[in-house]
Amino acid sequence: MKLTKTLLASTALTVAAAGVSAQDMSQDMTIVSWGGAYQNSQLKAYVEPYLEMHPDVSVAWDESSAEAVAKLRAMNEAGNITWDLVDVTAASAIRLCDEGLAMEIDFDDVLAEAPDGTGAEDDFGDLIVSDCFIPQIVYSTTFGYRSDMVPEGVEPPSDVCAVFDLETYPGKRALEKRPLNNMEWALYCDGVAKDEIYDVLETDEGQDRALAKLDTIKDQVVWWSAGADTPQLLADGEIFMGSTYNGRLFSVIEEQDQPVAMLWDMQVFDLDGWIVPEGLSDDALARVMDFLYFATDTQRLADQAKYISYGPARESSAPMVSQHAELGIDMAPHMPTDPANAGNTLLYNYEFWADYRDDIDAKFQSWLAQN
Amino acid sequence: MSTLKGSGPQTSDAPTPEDAFHEAAALDARESEPRHGSGNGGPVLAADGTPLKRSLARALRAQKMRALALIAPLLIFVLLTFIAPIADMLFRSVENQIVRDTLPRTVEALADWDDTSGELPGDAVFDAAYTDIFLAAEYKLHTRLGSRLNYELTGVSSLFRKSGRGLDDIGEVYLDQFEDLDEAWDEALPWAELMGTADSVAAYKAWVKAEDKAKENNEDFNDPIPAFEMRDDIADVLPRTAEAYSRFATFVRDEDEDSPFEEEPWTLVVTRLYEDLRDGDVSSYNGPRAEMLKAADALVDSPDFQTADLQAAFGEIDEDWLDTRVWQTIKTYSPAYTNGYFLNAVDMQKTPDGAAMRDEDERIYGLLFKRTMFMSLVITFSCIALAYPVAYLLSTLPMRTANLLMILVLLPFWTSLLVRTSAWKVMLQQQGVINDVLVWLGLVADDGRLVMINNQLGTIIAMTHILLPFMILPMYSVMSTIPPTYVRAAKSLGATNWTSFWRVYFPQSVPGIGAGSILVFILSIGYYITPEIVGGTTGTFISNRIAYHISSSLNWGLAAALGTILLAVVLILYWAYDRIVGIDNVKLGG
Repeated sequence: MKLTKTLLASTALTVAAAGVSAQDMSQDMTIVSWGGAYQNSQLKAYVEPYLEMHPDVSVAWDESSAEAVAKLRAMNEAGNITWDLVDVTAASAIRLCDEGLAMEIDFDDVLAEAPDGTGAEDDFGDLIVSDCFIPQIVYSTTFGYRSDMVPEGVEPPSDVCAVFDLETYPGKRALEKRPLNNMEWALYCDGVAKDEIYDVLETDEGQDRALAKLDTIKDQVVWWSAGADTPQLLADGEIFMGSTYNGRLFSVIEEQDQPVAMLWDMQVFDLDGWIVPEGLSDDALARVMDFLYFATDTQRLADQAKYISYGPARESSAPMVSQHAELGIDMAPHMPTDPANAGNTLLYNYEFWADYRDDIDAKFQSWLAQN
Repeated sequence: MSTLKGSGPQTSDAPTPEDAFHEAAALDARESEPRHGSGNGGPVLAADGTPLKRSLARALRAQKMRALALIAPLLIFVLLTFIAPIADMLFRSVENQIVRDTLPRTVEALADWDDTSGELPGDAVFDAAYTDIFLAAEYKLHTRLGSRLNYELTGVSSLFRKSGRGLDDIGEVYLDQFEDLDEAWDEALPWAELMGTADSVAAYKAWVKAEDKAKENNEDFNDPIPAFEMRDDIADVLPRTAEAYSRFATFVRDEDEDSPFEEEPWTLVVTRLYEDLRDGDVSSYNGPRAEMLKAADALVDSPDFQTADLQAAFGEIDEDWLDTRVWQTIKTYSPAYTNGYFLNAVDMQKTPDGAAMRDEDERIYGLLFKRTMFMSLVITFSCIALAYPVAYLLSTLPMRTANLLMILVLLPFWTSLLVRTSAWKVMLQQQGVINDVLVWLGLVADDGRLVMINNQLGTIIAMTHILLPFMILPMYSVMSTIPPTYVRAAKSLGATNWTSFWRVYFPQSVPGIGAGSILVFILSIGYYITPEIVGGTTGTFISNRIAYHISSSLNWGLAAALGTILLAVVLILYWAYDRIVGIDNVKLGG
């Protein structure tokens, strides 16, 4: 009996101790991001400078951005939000906003103005796709190809439809294991005008048409699910061309010096940025807002481009993009938003995919599973 | 030696407290029988004079409580961290309160609507939906419901998002006209005077005066705004307006932490005011703001007053509202519990005419369940085939060599799962080690390299390797207890090598195979990361879809239904195994 009492007492003590430490939050901040080179660019461009200005603040990283929506929903149901600031893609942010899990932000109120005095809301402009989402970067999903595997006597690919042209460009392709982007490219290369893609994709016939186009290369496709897959497959010579995020291709080409080249045609723009979880305590919220004001100002967003080839989301940051921090090369030509690269682009259609993702995904997965 | 289930000679003859208890009970029963002759009268008593039975029962209860208290921390821990979350997750596969909670009036109104008629529901439904969605949008619940119903009908997600914003337009029509008549209709205080008690309005006015005075004198003023109270009799004159306004007042107080004295009411309230003025008579009203109300009443009755038809207004927000399928979906999913997720999980769907199979090109889960079962069996059998000789070798070799071999078995076991899986990628891919060697040896042409990864084969190879230790270890611990003398005895009696192995050694090693098979099969049936990395499209499992629904599509109900089915399948297989082989035959150790 005595033993049980001791056990119970010690359990109670542990619980109480955990409760006390969880409340002392104002100097701590948990930031959720993607890990890898991207998180490193955030660390260098604004987290480290911020910590220099505020030496008693400590930042903990959680590399959970890929499952951020599911985890935030679970935390919300459990009534215990342990994250202060979360880096997510725009589609996830819209989802979180819809579910009431992210806080609505008044841009002009809480964010810094551009150096010329333009309000934050105008400076971010069209990139504000949700009331809860503060964009940091524009990235694109595009193709890279092995320049040494282009058949002799053939021009290197400059058109996205080279993906579907197995005769001119034989070899395997890597595509992401989800319908997004693939369906658009398939319809575009099947002769659908760019501004009609989503009207066609809305219909059953249009979805079948896109899958039929993908069918023509299905046996030559390696399907990837992690952003690192395509760079690795390209480096190993497993595939001739593959889609992935442009920053990953930049590091394969410039940092690892592989014989890989970019294909900028019909790149799909997407956004990545911050959301603040709903239900933070007042002192935690104050800290997050203070950090956000600093981390999303014009200079900081421009600084981030020194470490990774993603375009800053503020219009005022673009002219300030300089050179890569280690390689010393000009970063502007590697930005997806650079005019030379952005001749023919597509913007991720958030509303369409919010509605149709479940439906088209079911068809796509069923199509994939059949041999 | 430990067994999964007690089968050995565990019931010893030593007396236990239970025995004593039963004996006491038997004794007691004998006592209560009519006694013949002169017995030793009265029940058996304990030393303190209480009947032995009761005193024993008390002692036993105390003992049981002590035992329970001892395991209580573990029990509570397991309940809280294991059983409860699983039960909660499984419960989600049928739970569907969100529709009923978010659209209570609509669900009620839809009950009278025949969803097979092909006609749109009546005005009562649109009216109920107007209130429900308006309120849901204020509380920011409408998009949540939208994403829930989007699982069933594509497009509902944006329909609800749009409607949350668009429903304001309906009331704007009336508000603009009332406002043209009298600016006061667009102000907070006149509304509060119309709806609130005289006392609360007076208290507010006094508060405003005090605040102004404090400002003049540059004093701090921190008194809270007096609480707003609804007037009882206003509901007799303007029943619908009063109801909507009281919802508004509650919302402003609880959610905005503001006061109805200072916030203009929702456009919903204005629409309700129009309806009350249209249908009712306010001529007898003489409370506060009677003039204003009567003027508005006159305006409503005048022929140029513009009105908005609810159904048309819904159609203007999005024409999908005029599609019966939206209303069918809401009605179909209005019960608090649904079998919809389970139907989805077996490639079926709910329709107004009952459950039906999905279109051919949307079926996937049946295929994945079958594939998961089939591949898990293949993996289990390849593990048996590979592990048996290794375990045999381990158990027969001298200790020193066996230990070395054991480390070789365990070494990969200690390596990260991801590292092992990625290593298989390097080995198996077309430009990988195995293909390079085969090309170098001239066995395979350079343009005909084997495809061994991103398909079923890749998953089977990688998972067999990863799960092999789970097969070897139980086999080894069973085999190491089989006395070598048995085989020798069989041989000395004239058995061939094969007969002595098959008739004598193998039957004794079966419990190890059983234990290993159950472990490997159950582990592989729920495996997720390896098929995701090396499975391509033909080598993925049902667990990959469950993970997708948990983390990407957020369709937790469907994920829970798939998980429940998977759990049920495992339990059925376990039961079948028990019936056919007998679980007593499973040993995790010698």
